[in-house]
Amino acid sequence: MAQQQTAGPPATGHADLAGEFLDRQTPLSRIRNILHRYPALSPAIVLLVAVVVFGLLNDRFLRFENLSLITQQVSVVGTLAIAQTLIILTAGIDLSVGAVMILSSMVVAQLAVGSGIPGPLALLAGLVVGLGAGALNGFLVTRFKLPPFIVTLGTLNIFIAVTLLYSGGSTVRGSSMPGLLTWTGSTFPLGPVRISTGVIMMLLLYGAVAFILGKTAWGRHVYAVGDDKEAARLAGIPVNRVLMSVYLAAGAVLAMGAWLQIGRTNAASPNAGVDLNLDSITAVVIGGTSLFGGRGSVWGSLLGALIVGVFRNGLSLAGLDVLYQTLAVGVLIILAVSIDQWIRKVKS
Amino acid sequence: MTATEMQPSGTAVRQPILQARNLVKTFGRVVGLDGVSLDLYPGEVLAVIGDNGAGKSTLIKCLTGAEVPDSGELKVSGQAVHFKRPQDARAHGIETVYQNLAVSPALDVASNLFLGREERLAGPLGKLFRVLDTKGMRRKAKEELTRLGISTLQDVTVPVENLSGGQRQAVAVARAAAFGSKVVVLDEPTAALGVRESNQVLQLVRDLRDRGLPVILISHNMPHVFDVADRIHVQRLGKCAATITPQSHSMTDAVAIMTGAATA
Repeated sequence: MAQQQTAGPPATGHADLAGEFLDRQTPLSRIRNILHRYPALSPAIVLLVAVVVFGLLNDRFLRFENLSLITQQVSVVGTLAIAQTLIILTAGIDLSVGAVMILSSMVVAQLAVGSGIPGPLALLAGLVVGLGAGALNGFLVTRFKLPPFIVTLGTLNIFIAVTLLYSGGSTVRGSSMPGLLTWTGSTFPLGPVRISTGVIMMLLLYGAVAFILGKTAWGRHVYAVGDDKEAARLAGIPVNRVLMSVYLAAGAVLAMGAWLQIGRTNAASPNAGVDLNLDSITAVVIGGTSLFGGRGSVWGSLLGALIVGVFRNGLSLAGLDVLYQTLAVGVLIILAVSIDQWIRKVKS
Repeated sequence: MTATEMQPSGTAVRQPILQARNLVKTFGRVVGLDGVSLDLYPGEVLAVIGDNGAGKSTLIKCLTGAEVPDSGELKVSGQAVHFKRPQDARAHGIETVYQNLAVSPALDVASNLFLGREERLAGPLGKLFRVLDTKGMRRKAKEELTRLGISTLQDVTVPVENLSGGQRQAVAVARAAAFGSKVVVLDEPTAALGVRESNQVLQLVRDLRDRGLPVILISHNMPHVFDVADRIHVQRLGKCAATITPQSHSMTDAVAIMTGAATA
């Protein structure tokens, strides 16, 4: 990593910042300062190294079809990671993202197939489910001052139960749904490679959320609330309103994820997505967003989701047992959090 | 500053900018404030001193909207006000620098100066997409720091967590000064600072006063208080024990009043 680092852009125009650290500027602390300033840099380096290594290990890895497959495989968890990033930036955590997405997808599918409601309306109902779930989480966090971990641990179980009660445990096949619902799973050719509509939608969502977080007052308030809630309150930021809007926005993103999930799996299954709750947190953490809030970026989470996808794909192409993929992901998480802790020491 | 301005209590002509009458605040059975009155006149530095638990912080919180007094009156420029939140006080031109500074460590200097009142771009980008005017805010932040003579902060794009204690204090004071149109309240601004940095902050306090902004300064540090204050409000056991001036009383007198060993 150190060799990669020197190739990165130097922090020009911050001569006085450099002066601030002049007395204890070692190569290692310089690297730390740069990583601290650009939180998405370390996951980007990891992804690059992983792609190069897996490419060298197996010729098939770098083929367009394989790379396209990886992006499709990460599209759902990548979308959930957007919602998860928003909440983790506020120093919260959402254990219920996967459950909300599955509940939303079951409502969409049941309404469209069981009740014969038109596709757009069914999707709208899915959005309402996502917003409702976000509102419930946000309400419990802001009004009852409960820790987000406990709130979403509770709602996780509630949403899973509601999903199974509502669906009767049965899967709805994609072939019986209106075309709009499975449209997210369709692909179109782009040069030599086929791109999935869902991947494009995920990327557009990343762009939109990155824009909002980086360029608007709301985005800045999200960071400020996660950074130091009391300071934000004293600075005149309506902390509870910001938190509530974050949970609502996350709910809307999860509804979008539900649509992508239906397209990707060509079905709506109440038993899918059990791993997605934790997988989304994995992506965010590997992406360099701090679990303590206020630090990180949504692009990092995309990189985090891609890193997990690349490791799983690369290891399976290398012929390793699926258990080694899980092992690798576990090591990645601990590594990512260790790096985060190390980078945070920069404030001293 | 003329002598009459130093002791405005004798002249009824000048109207206080901030006026508190008989403020009472209890926390359960603990009496935080037991009928405290305070006047702040234009262009003065009013220090509030007192031992721990004397009610300094409660008084300041009531003046700045962080606490709501149980009873008593509060007037800004002669007009009765009721602050329920810090935002209410801010809307009346009262800006506070809290002891914990209330800065967001990961955000840069300019973002912190404008935190909670960000400015958007003019035109459709700002109106429709609500895009922040980052460049404009950085420019204004720089101008404000220059105007206040804060030379230690050249780069407004540095995250606040990379700054020294004095520089963070300067950011918080600059924010208060930039937006405080009537009163700036500083809670223990030199508590965590070294000698050189303390002097810089005290100079900032004088500069604010010289620009016509009255300042309320809460401090434990007697030399600092006697250095910059025009009048000193001594708080003891939830009441105002005396209001003195650095001319009329010595530091030893002030400490004696504070601890109850003497009366003014």
